[in-house]
Parts: sequence; structure tokens; C-alpha cells
Amino acid sequence: MTDRVAPTRTPEFEARLAKRYSAERRFRAIGLGAILFSIAVLLVLLGNMTINGIGGFQRVELEVPIDLSQSGIAADSATMAQTDAVQTLQAQGLADVVDYFATEALGEEAASELGAQAWRDVAADIIADPSILRTEAVYSLPASAKLASGYSGEGSAEMQALAQRLSDEGVLVKNFDPAFLSRADATNPQQVGIWGALKGSILTMIVTLALAFPIGVLAALYLEEYAPKNRWTDIIEVSINNLAAVPSIIFGLLGLAVFLTLFPNLRSAPLIGGMTLALMTMPVIVISGRNAIKAVPPSIRDGALAVGASPVQVVFHHVLPLALPGILTGTIIGMARALGETAPLLMIGMRAFVATPPDGFTSPATVLPVQIFLWSDEIDRGFVERTSAAIIVLLLFLLVMNGLAIYLRNKFEKKW
Amino acid sequence: MVTVVHQNLETTDAKMSARDVSVFYGDKKAIDEVSIDIPTKYVTAFIGPSGCGKSTFLRTLNRMNDTIPSARVEGVITLDGDDIYRSKMDVVQLRARVGMVFQKPNPFPKSIYDNVAYGPKIHGLAQGKEELDAVVQKSLKRAGLWEEVKDRLQDSGTALSGGQQQRLCIARAIAVDPEVILMDEPCSALDPIATAKIEELIAELNGRYAIVIVTHSMQQAARVSQRTAFFHLGKMVEYGRTSDIFTNPLEKRTQDYITGRYG
Repeated sequence: MTDRVAPTRTPEFEARLAKRYSAERRFRAIGLGAILFSIAVLLVLLGNMTINGIGGFQRVELEVPIDLSQSGIAADSATMAQTDAVQTLQAQGLADVVDYFATEALGEEAASELGAQAWRDVAADIIADPSILRTEAVYSLPASAKLASGYSGEGSAEMQALAQRLSDEGVLVKNFDPAFLSRADATNPQQVGIWGALKGSILTMIVTLALAFPIGVLAALYLEEYAPKNRWTDIIEVSINNLAAVPSIIFGLLGLAVFLTLFPNLRSAPLIGGMTLALMTMPVIVISGRNAIKAVPPSIRDGALAVGASPVQVVFHHVLPLALPGILTGTIIGMARALGETAPLLMIGMRAFVATPPDGFTSPATVLPVQIFLWSDEIDRGFVERTSAAIIVLLLFLLVMNGLAIYLRNKFEKKW
Repeated sequence: MVTVVHQNLETTDAKMSARDVSVFYGDKKAIDEVSIDIPTKYVTAFIGPSGCGKSTFLRTLNRMNDTIPSARVEGVITLDGDDIYRSKMDVVQLRARVGMVFQKPNPFPKSIYDNVAYGPKIHGLAQGKEELDAVVQKSLKRAGLWEEVKDRLQDSGTALSGGQQQRLCIARAIAVDPEVILMDEPCSALDPIATAKIEELIAELNGRYAIVIVTHSMQQAARVSQRTAFFHLGKMVEYGRTSDIFTNPLEKRTQDYITGRYG
């Protein structure tokens, strides 16, 4: 035998091998870097939001001792249970009572900076428990927007000085404001709440899901399992792919032109908003659904057909359950996009100022992203923190929605 | 060229008959005028080189070719004298009567129990839980799988070994009590021990069902079947008793194939 060296044992080969390994290390380092960068950006974003948004869940309030037993206001639980209870209390002069006690305790200047609607908070307490009419207590009532910005070190010099003085006296404090989560939009940042927009978003998403999911899944099933492969189905496929790429504002124009022409009384309603967003979400569900259905191995279909399952049974007993995790992934993506959508909803009037939470699918409403857009446009500085708080609520809503979908997906995956 | 059919075959008890059956995929003719009688009591083997059309022909026997859009069948195939390609034929019922086992084991990604119970359930063949349990047990026993899986019927069917999966598929097929079982190279993905078990199973099922098996392995055909049909280039070249085909073929091409000159 000669002393021929095998080609995989030459120094050249070893050099190439070392190069291959270093290429692999490089690739892993780049991938890791990309992940770390994404995490860092996310942390900065979330941290920033949280720091700014915490203030949005609080509100500047004046501590006002009110002795309701001296007010002369009389009410029993029966009258307070009626819908016009607030008007009853207003007619008995509750606003003046609150103003009187505020002037007594804080002085003329501070009392005038009590929020104009502050008495409504007292009214709400009385309605909840009429027995407090016989007691004296300290109420935390919203300060005016001017005083609140003075407290934050903004606005006019006199206001800042007043806020400083009251704060030193311990009667002007920033309290956690749980009612932010139960109120609706208002002109005064001290009075705004997110519930109106949140409820609008929930109702809109329900409509979107109820329309887009079944229609999208059934369309995907039909196109994959039943439709003949010909020119018409090709055209439909191209159209659906194009629909998924159409800018969202175009869907808003479509909603405006079609839905609002058909139902002119439902302007700003979650029903119309949901229908518009469903148009936008459906193609995403169809595309992901078709891919998931395509990925179900044909051998499973053959197996089911061979024991005599009808095509519908094959689809609903075998194909759909196996494709469901993939379909749900597409649904998450589509719904998340719909939840964050602003532009199409502006077109159908969901940017209106709505001061009460929607009663149902047909009452005027706004949604979280539109609310954020509207608040970010406000001149009053008090809205800055409220906007951040609204963003946090939106992100949490998104998190809950996606968490639910991922939970469902994993549940179905485990089952199979 | 005419198919050589050995004359010593009894043709009175044909379970399925094909007459001048041709299958087209688009313009391509995959099967060319095959005529054959499948006997009730025996195992019939289809042998031949790859691409000769034996699997295609097998799939015409329970209309599984319907799932391929471009496939087209001409000629007449009957089951107990009924034309299975007539327009009023109920394909669902046909496939319940003519079961099929595939080349690659394809259990449903469900529990072992649900795999076997699926057919009886959709056809409503068992009333109540006890009856269904009995059907599952009987089918698994006939498929020779009961002893191995009786304690884990709720485990996934896909967690079994390849040979067990294939026997599960056979159990699934016999759970609906078919009259004919078609097997499309049922052992090609299995090791020799699993293959031996399937072959034993076929021998046990023989007589209870008419069985048609497509196989690449001539030894297997010789071991399990009583009738053999040799396919070549879409035509059936020769059909007769397995012993005659392997010891005394009448056609030169059959002779060449079984002696290993090609294929």
C-alpha cells in the first residue's frame, strides 16, 4: 500500500472543518444577539409604559370632610334604588352642600378648584349606601384639571403655588383611582375612564370573532377539501391573498360605503365596527387555515375514507381537529391585528366622543386604540398619563386574549 | 397481448370481478384492460415490478381512486354482481364492505380504542358502550394486538411501534366487519419480525374475509396467498394458483420476474 492520506484527514480538510464550525458559532451568536436586542427593546418599551402609565391610574384629589347629617339631605334606600337617584340628590342641593363644606375646610380659593363634577362622586357613595347620610366622613374628591397640573409642576405659577400649599397641608394628594377602570370618556382628564373604550373593544372583538372565525374556517375547509382546482378557485385564492394585504383604511371605507348605507342608524356601533374588522380578519384566518389543513397528512384522510367515513365526517372528525391548532394561530394573529386597528374605525364613526359605556352591540362606542389616539391628541397635559394608562390596558387586554388562544391551542395539541 | 389465465381456477365463487378495467391519470393509461375474478375464500396476491399499476388497480376496488381528481376508470367492477361504479352506488357503504390497509401504517392520532371504535361508531354498528367495547376487543383480538394493548387502550395509537400500528390499522379495518380487505403492501415499512406477525394474521383472517394483497415480495406472495396475479406495465400478464404461478408460469415475463431477472 502507498502512504496515501485519506481526503478527510488532510490539513486542508481540517482547516475547512474549523471554518465550518466558526461559521456555525457566528450564526448562533448573531441569532442570540437578535433575540437579546428584541428583549431589550421590549423591556424598554414596557418599562417606559409602566412608569408613565402608573400615574394614569392615579388622580389628584382633595380631602374634604363632609358632615352629611347636617346637610338636610334626606333619602331612603327605596328612592336611591331608582334610576333618577342622582337627579333627586341634585335637586336637594348636594352640589352646594359639597361646595359649602369644601369652602369651610379649605378656603374659598381651594374650594373653587374642586372639580365641577366632584359632587357626583359623593352622590355615587350615597346611592351605594344611603346610611352615610347620617355620618360625617372625609371624602377624596377630584381636583380640577388646572390644580392637578399645578400639582404635577405644570401650568400657571399661582396654581403651582396653591397646589404646593394644599399638598403641604396634606389635603391635596395623588390617590389610586380604581374608578378609572369603570368610567368612560370625559372632557376633563380628572374624570375620564377607560371602561367605555374597553367595553367597546370587547364587544367589537366578539362581533369580529363571531363573524370571521366560522366564515374563515368554513371557507378554508371548502377551498381545501371540496372546491375543484380550476381557474375560478385560483382567482379566489389570489383575491383572498390580496385582501389580506389591503391597507386597513380601505376596509374602513368599505364599511362606510356598505354597512353604514345599509344600517345608517348604527353609526359608531360595535356591531358595524366588528363587521368591518371581520372583513379584515377573515382573509388572515382563511390563509392560515388553508395552510393548516394542507399540513394534515393525506394518509389520515385515506384511513378515514377507507373505513367508510363520508367526506363531511373526514373533515369534522379528522381534518379539522388536526388543523385547529394552526387555525387558532392564524386567528390569534388576525384578532390581535383587529384589536390594535384604528384607521378603519375612524371611517365608520367610532372616534366619536362617547361619555357613557356602550349598552350593547348597537349603542355608540369607541375602542381602545381609537381612545388612545383621541387622548394623545388632547391639549390638556392631564391626558398624557391617561394615554399611557390606556395603552397598558390595551396591552393587557391583548395579553389576556392571546393567552386564552394559546391555552386553547395547547389544549387541542395535547389531546391529539 | 392477452392475459394468460390458468384454466384450473374455479370461477363460480367470485366475490369481486373486474372486466376490461382501464384506469387513466389524465391522459396516461395506468391500467390497461384488466379482467380478474377475486375469489371469496382465498388470499389473492398482486405482484409485479414498481410502477406496474398493481396498487392503482387495488385502489379501484373500493374506489379510493375517487380522491385523485385526474383519475378515471373505465370498464366494469362488480361486488357480488353489483357494479360498484354505477352512478347510484353508495361509496360510503362500498368502503364499509371493502376495507383497506395502507402501505404506511396510518392510525388516527387518537387513542387505540377510538381508532378501532371509529368505524363501528360512524356506521352505528354497535349500540351502547358494552357492545362497542366488545367489538373493539374482538377486532383487536383478531388482529393479534389485544394482549399487547389491553392495558393501555386509552394511549395514543401513534405511540405504538410500526408493526403494532399496522395491526391496529387491520383491527380498524375488520372492526366494521367488511367482506373484502384490500392490503396495499402492508409490510413494506416493517421489519421482518413485524412482517411475520402480519403474515400470520393474514393466514388467520383467510377464509373469513376475501383478502387482496399487493406485495413487492414474491416470497411473501408465495407464503400468504392462494391466487397470484402478475402485473407488468399496467397489464395483468398472468393469473392463476399461487403454486402454479411460482412453479410453472406459462408466460416468459412471469418466469423472468419470479426468477429475479428484473423488477
